[in-house]
Amino acid sequence: MDPILFAIFAGIAVVCGIVMVTQRHPIASALSLIGVMGSLAVLYLLLGAEFIAAAQVIVYAGAIMVLFLFVIMLLNAGAEPKPLRSSYLAGFLGVPMVLALMGLLGYLVKRSFPLDVTVRFGDFTGGSAKAVGDALFRKYLLPFEVTSVLVLIAILGAVVLARKEMD
Amino acid sequence: MDFLLLSLIKTGLVAFVFLTALAYLQWIERKVIAHVQVRVGPNRVGPHGLLQPLTDTIKLLTKEDLIPAHVNKFFYLLAPVIGVAMALISISVIPFGPKITVPFTSIETYLGLTDLNIGVLVPLACSGIGVYAVALAGWSSNNKYALLGGLRASAQMVSYELPLAVAIAAPLLMHNSLSMREIVESQNVVKWGFLYNWSIFSYFGIPFVAFIIFLICAFAETNRIPFDLPEAENELVAGFHTEYSSMKFAAFFMAEYANMTTICCLAVILFLGGWLPPTPGLDWVPGAVFFASGVLMLYHGTVNLARARDRISLPLFGVIFCGIGVLHWIPVLMPITTPLFWFLSKTLFLLFLYIWVRATLPRFRYDQLMHFAWGWMFPVSIGTLFATGLLVAVWK
Amino acid sequence: MPANFAFPTEAEYIRFLPETILILMGTLIMVLEGFAGDGHRKGTHKVALFGLFLAMAAACYAGSNPGPAFSDFLLVDGFGTFFRMLVLTVGILAVLCSPSYLSRERADSGEYYALILYSLVGQCILATANELIMVFIGLEISSIATYVLAGYLRDDKRNNESAIKYFLLGSFATAFLLYGVAWIYGLTGSTNLAVIRQYLQTSATADPALVGLAAGLMFVGFAFKVSAAPFQAWTPDVYQGAPAPVTAFMSAGPKAAAFAVFIRVYITAFDGIAETWLPVVWVSALATMVIGNFAALTQTNIKRVLAYSSIAHAGYVLVAVAAHSQIGTAAAMFYLASYVFMNIGAFALISHLSRQGERYVQVNDLAGLSQRQPVTAALFAIFLLSLIGVPLTGGFFGKFYIFKAALDSQLYWLTVLGLLNSAVAAYYYLRIIVVMYFHEPGHATESLEEPAAGIRVASLVAALAVVVLGVAPSLLLNVASRSSAIGR
Repeated sequence: MDPILFAIFAGIAVVCGIVMVTQRHPIASALSLIGVMGSLAVLYLLLGAEFIAAAQVIVYAGAIMVLFLFVIMLLNAGAEPKPLRSSYLAGFLGVPMVLALMGLLGYLVKRSFPLDVTVRFGDFTGGSAKAVGDALFRKYLLPFEVTSVLVLIAILGAVVLARKEMD
Repeated sequence: MDFLLLSLIKTGLVAFVFLTALAYLQWIERKVIAHVQVRVGPNRVGPHGLLQPLTDTIKLLTKEDLIPAHVNKFFYLLAPVIGVAMALISISVIPFGPKITVPFTSIETYLGLTDLNIGVLVPLACSGIGVYAVALAGWSSNNKYALLGGLRASAQMVSYELPLAVAIAAPLLMHNSLSMREIVESQNVVKWGFLYNWSIFSYFGIPFVAFIIFLICAFAETNRIPFDLPEAENELVAGFHTEYSSMKFAAFFMAEYANMTTICCLAVILFLGGWLPPTPGLDWVPGAVFFASGVLMLYHGTVNLARARDRISLPLFGVIFCGIGVLHWIPVLMPITTPLFWFLSKTLFLLFLYIWVRATLPRFRYDQLMHFAWGWMFPVSIGTLFATGLLVAVWK
Repeated sequence: MPANFAFPTEAEYIRFLPETILILMGTLIMVLEGFAGDGHRKGTHKVALFGLFLAMAAACYAGSNPGPAFSDFLLVDGFGTFFRMLVLTVGILAVLCSPSYLSRERADSGEYYALILYSLVGQCILATANELIMVFIGLEISSIATYVLAGYLRDDKRNNESAIKYFLLGSFATAFLLYGVAWIYGLTGSTNLAVIRQYLQTSATADPALVGLAAGLMFVGFAFKVSAAPFQAWTPDVYQGAPAPVTAFMSAGPKAAAFAVFIRVYITAFDGIAETWLPVVWVSALATMVIGNFAALTQTNIKRVLAYSSIAHAGYVLVAVAAHSQIGTAAAMFYLASYVFMNIGAFALISHLSRQGERYVQVNDLAGLSQRQPVTAALFAIFLLSLIGVPLTGGFFGKFYIFKAALDSQLYWLTVLGLLNSAVAAYYYLRIIVVMYFHEPGHATESLEEPAAGIRVASLVAALAVVVLGVAPSLLLNVASRSSAIGR
């Protein structure tokens, strides 16, 4: 059951990711990104990280992307026009190179990780809110607290750049 | 019994009851508002208008399914689907009662569909995704009123989600769990010999402040008066659902009531002790309440008949209510009915509060609404969380 | 609760004290800003200076008792303390030359200093980070604050251009870094530098090719931050567009901190796979030097000249990294220290010379400066000579030690090419000096007023440091050699 679900949602994530890039309409792209995040949440859930899954949906899909959508709607951005002259180089070289990169990565990963070391669904049980809290406030205390400075700077920067006028 | 079969039965039962309840919630709302405004309310279809929801449903189902020409079709159709799906998903994590044994069998099960160890986060996540329904509906309608409604709604819901989540954190801290069932179980302690330890009764009433914040934010989250700016009819026609009709409109309507109900259930579980009574030894009360109201109806329907058209309906309902009252006294059924009674009565009380407020309060202005969220609700909720955390740390 | 958990000890808090002080002072500035009326906003830079000196004292104190802190996320050692002191010095000098510039542009506000302090928090963390997670967070803190600072004069078009370019490309580079970190974590199961090092040295399961790929991804991120080729393209535009004091700050502080963490990560964690990344650093060092020096030849804008020169100098430091030896590390430390002083001194003077709206930033605008303001011209000449690497300046010994370290590691070709580059570089620096001393004073230099006190102090201190490093390099070199033993 688990591998099937994994395949389904991993597939959705990839398809949504591709759609996000290829769509010309910003709203469609934003929604595809939400699709990616939703399917990622399911993958987290499958791997036993239920708190992260919920946080993924609440924070990324529920809060951040709403603001994206909000801004797109406020700006009333329409579909992008099709570029008149698309880069031939990108078309002819890009796809084979991406495929080559994928193949290379796949080969390297396969070579360095023997087949008997697999991820089993259900092996990991440290995904509850308690376990995450334990990790965050004990081992990862410093990064966690320092991240608040990061967020503070982002807010401060937004205020500085968005204020009405210099005095 | 097979786990799958049992879950299927429970899901079907809950879905049926929930959807019916949603339809009747609207009847209750119309009736209550009518009485507040000294009107009668719906009273044509069926006794006391009791069949009104049914006719409304038929009307909405059979209306022409109109898709305006200028809308962005895909998103226009997607929006109500997201809205109603997210609203209905949340109910699946709400526990209605303790573990019970189904009468005359040996099947043990919980009252409630499922229990997750991140249960509390699920309604939050669903309401977070539910914002897209409103935002997309407003945008895809390609109509300025709808767009304004959608923008207002998404800004408002994102703003009020913050104090709401922080207010929820207070009981989570107290009960040290995110599972709704565990939260209720942890309130199942009698203190001072007569009071169940509901969250709002503990820690010097600080959780009560969190409860009030939660309630206010819940009003805003569900776009209800006094926070119904997204659909303010005298400025925005009907806000984000201006361009929707028939079943798609009904979907939004249903989503609103489902969200209301779920959030009331959440409040009951987190703050009001879930299915626990206020004090121990009140097991006879549910039956008595129903029986007494049944007797009252019988009295007004026969001996003290005021209106001729009530001569059949009131005695009938009197008999039904007496029957329900008796059911509550049957020992075999009591482990099921008593918790359900307390849970539902608390939830209904909160829903009544919603309707009461709608009938009484005027609407905010939009800047007031935003300032209220960021200037008052958010600081106060942070303060509450801080105080709760401090008290929990000192006492536990 | 994990059984091995222990609350942080007092020593650990002290090891994090400099950052704590900076955070508190930055917040204090913002609070003061909120309460101060419109007429009382001039004093915030004093608070910032006070905070910086306090943080420096704390960094000294923390350095006296080296060791790890907070479950090994930080490692306060000589190397970290060296760079902490360096970036804090940069902060002090940058704050000194800011007030006059900001009041000239009518943008006096406390947020500027708060952002500088927060940016320094990130750089101090980078200097002492012992975990890839901390590396990422520190880099982000430092960068985001700098993005905002680059666009601080919001109504100025060049500021906007600078900020948006820096932000977009910087975020992209950080994404590469993060991707590399994720790969490393997946391959080795840890983000701790020491653990990664041990894993790479002992375990046979890690594929060097894969780890090298991850290290390469991280190299993209670091190379961007230190403006090394081929990721240097943003530098001239961003340095040119940003306010001059900010350019002074970001061409020194974030760069030094990024080099610190770059050296620490590659020497500590990726030591075991040195043969995979050393050629990359070799090529990048050469390309950076060549691109920086040759592009600078044709520039007419002083800020752009110095931007390209800062690219070239990143190349010299990369030569020291490519040497892959303890002497190389020490040389890089020494070079960065002298680079910081000469660069920030030059930009401090530019922030004075450019006047309101940065109108006079062409090389020709300096014509005849020596006749109008001999001291300013002399100081500028000192910085330029040091940038060339003329003896008796810090720049000379910096280059000397770097090429010596490169020769010790048998990097003959790189040394020769680097020396040739230095000769090319002399041309564009000397051109500025010629304009200052041998051209008739033009319209621009006629109207030049006296430099403000802050700029005077900052440039004098920087010049003094450059000369002291040039006369008595052993003062600093001894410290650098002692603290260059990382990961061994």
